[in-house]
Amino acid sequence: MNSPQVITLTDISFRYGAKHRWVLESLSASIDHGSITAILGPNGVGKTTLLYLMLGLLEPQTGVIRLDGREISSIPRTEVSRMIGLVPQLESIPFPYQVVDYTAMGRAPHLGLLGAPQAHDYQVVDRILEMLGISALADRNVQALSGGEAQLIRIARSLAQEPDILLLDEPTAHLDLANKEHMLQMLCRLAEQEMTVLFTTHDPDVAFSIATDAVLMRGGQAIASGDMQSVLTSENLSNAYQLPITVHEVEGHKVILRNAEGCR
Amino acid sequence: MKHRNNKTIFGLSILGLLLLTALSLFVGRYPTPYWMPVDRMLEDPLARRLVLTLRLPRILLALLLGASLASAGAVMQMLFRNPLVEPGFLGVSQGAAFGASLSILTFGSGSLPMHTLAIGFALAGLVGSYILARRLRFGGWVLRLVLAGIAVSALFSAGTGVLKYLADPLTELPEITFWLLGGLWSGTWEDVLNVLPFVIPGLLLVFLLRWRLNLLSLDDETAWSLGASPEKERWWLLLGAVVATAALTAIAGIVGWIGLIVPHIARRLFGADAQLHLPGAMIIGAAFTLLCDDIARTLTAGEIPLGILTSLLGAGVFMLIMTTFRVHLKR
Repeated sequence: MNSPQVITLTDISFRYGAKHRWVLESLSASIDHGSITAILGPNGVGKTTLLYLMLGLLEPQTGVIRLDGREISSIPRTEVSRMIGLVPQLESIPFPYQVVDYTAMGRAPHLGLLGAPQAHDYQVVDRILEMLGISALADRNVQALSGGEAQLIRIARSLAQEPDILLLDEPTAHLDLANKEHMLQMLCRLAEQEMTVLFTTHDPDVAFSIATDAVLMRGGQAIASGDMQSVLTSENLSNAYQLPITVHEVEGHKVILRNAEGCR
Repeated sequence: MKHRNNKTIFGLSILGLLLLTALSLFVGRYPTPYWMPVDRMLEDPLARRLVLTLRLPRILLALLLGASLASAGAVMQMLFRNPLVEPGFLGVSQGAAFGASLSILTFGSGSLPMHTLAIGFALAGLVGSYILARRLRFGGWVLRLVLAGIAVSALFSAGTGVLKYLADPLTELPEITFWLLGGLWSGTWEDVLNVLPFVIPGLLLVFLLRWRLNLLSLDDETAWSLGASPEKERWWLLLGAVVATAALTAIAGIVGWIGLIVPHIARRLFGADAQLHLPGAMIIGAAFTLLCDDIARTLTAGEIPLGILTSLLGAGVFMLIMTTFRVHLKR
């Protein structure tokens, strides 16, 4: 964990099949250790695809992805799972697992193929549920949770992997204002604990509120990446979203105004 | 924690199963209908021989059949993320039926060709479904396997129909029909030994990988992010479940409903975590099948086909659960 850059993407190109369009084209970016990085861009720009590439779930047709300086394809699967946790945007859980059992599934990378969670693993689970403030949900049925609670248990399951890097796909997309704020504060707390947090969002305001770094995407490429302040400028955002957007500072917080005309 | 509670139910279930197995040895139509007194078994050499050579292997087959069908059902429901699938649907049941019918028409009622063809075509059904699913250009992996299973089952079912149409209505047709109704009346020690090489590895694989089933019931991306290889692991578990089921189907015929209904009862009693509910399904499946088989061979002077009883009782239990309890059918 000494390398300042935990993930580096070099010249990544990816498409889902030979007859499909390129989703990503020669994308390069790097993610710093301990940063909160927002992957920002319009819908369908390939943000989720980028997360799957970082997990090794998809393999790029060209380019190299390195985790801690090692090529991801050369790292054993369970080792990758101990380094990176994924919090999908939505997850269908077809059976009524108890929250504690569902969270314990995150222990899989620490167990063998034939293993099952032991007392020690349940201690880790209890600790994580407590840290997220959802110990009261432990015995509840995962299918009976609210949207905000469901998002929290997905994070709990990923944290049970005890990863160094947490990837979150649109973590605030389905949350109301209070839950959104709670979620963002929690990501800040995780970053304070030396975790590298990487999340996708289509909403620049979410990026402004907590990100230290940003990767701004458009047309399968990173049009800017690095320090959040220098990436998320009026000019870059207008370019990414193809809309006249201006960044303003209100009481010390950055907000965007899209200069839309309303009904025309 | 909650697991202590489950262990109590677990211990009681195993105890109940052992008790039922012991009682089943005394249940039957010799020397008088329904019950053999204990001292009779000790004194009467014929009674002892009957229990050891006829009842015991049949009881063992019923236990294995129930455990295999129920655990295969539990495995498939989790792998297919669908609580309504059952072990035979990937072309396995219909494949076995076709193989058995073919054997009756070509080799008469010999048990070796019948078992060989039944298990051969059951596995052919599985492999056929798998290959077809790989070639389908439509939907996700699970949907493709389900569609392929339906298509392959329909093919075999049509084939069985043709064989029934061609069969001699006085000799072969009744035999096919009786086989399709399912039953263990012909079960011998030889059958027990023949199925063990399939059943033990199949059930062992499923049992050892049971916690893994939880991961595989999640979305593919999530399962992958937890270090699982969803497609490969699903295939191995499927193979284990189906091989055990196919071997026993070859002997017992089509015994329905156990694979569908028992996993539901097991999840209700032991929770959704497969670490506990899979062994639970094995125990309940074994007990339910043994109970049905006891009734099948005892209630009347003739034999009631086992498949009829499991469907009758299974459907009853299913309706009871669907109407009394809350059932989670998400998506």
